[in-house]
Amino acid sequence: MENGKKKLAIIASKGTLDWAYPPFILATAAASMDWDVGIFFTFYGLPLLKKDFHAKVSPGSNPAMPMKMPFGGEGFRNINWPMPNLIMNNVPGFENLATTLMKKTFKDKGVASIEELREMSVDMDVRLIGCQMTMDVFGFKKDDFIEEAEIGGAATFLEFAADANVSLFI
Amino acid sequence: MSDVKIVKTLDNSGLSCPMPVVKTKKAIKELEVGDVLEMISTDPGSIPDMEAWARQTGHELLEAHDEGDKYRFLIKKTH
Repeated sequence: MENGKKKLAIIASKGTLDWAYPPFILATAAASMDWDVGIFFTFYGLPLLKKDFHAKVSPGSNPAMPMKMPFGGEGFRNINWPMPNLIMNNVPGFENLATTLMKKTFKDKGVASIEELREMSVDMDVRLIGCQMTMDVFGFKKDDFIEEAEIGGAATFLEFAADANVSLFI
Repeated sequence: MSDVKIVKTLDNSGLSCPMPVVKTKKAIKELEVGDVLEMISTDPGSIPDMEAWARQTGHELLEAHDEGDKYRFLIKKTH
């Protein structure tokens, strides 16, 4: 806020495809409004900074997630397919299927990919801070991440967030 | 309306949130102060989002029209 700008501080703690969206959508929207934005990627959110990352949907941990088919007539597309947890958790390949379907549905609806949103975040000078401790725990190297990522710990994020107008844990 | 000269048109048809505001921001950045940008979008959240965007950035939203199957905005760069 020292430059008179509003400030958004986000902690991104989840790495599935669906949960990867909110931090990047909010970050790019805020940056578009001339806000200063920083995202702290920690725990399962840290892989979102990887050069080659493949976020997947985890339907088993989202029991209320509607399953939609990205093909067929409109009536067919609009059906919410009830997916018993038994299937979501136990059928091999179900995660890949759900991921493919979600990516296709999102694309058809004009939703940008995570890669695009991340690129735009970089373009608009969003600070992308990778959690040092998580790197150590999960065995990531600085080299695994996009070069715009900086590495820091809780204190680094908190200093940034100290005068933020909006702080979110996602 | 007649005295507004549109310098650039940006078509965001088919794009969802947050792309209309992100692309508007990018386009505005490349214009001169006083220039007017026309932005077309089909995202139903565009009108409230563009109103908020204009309040936050200080650029002037001259027009925000719901034209049925699309939305049309005129934005004047103020700074």
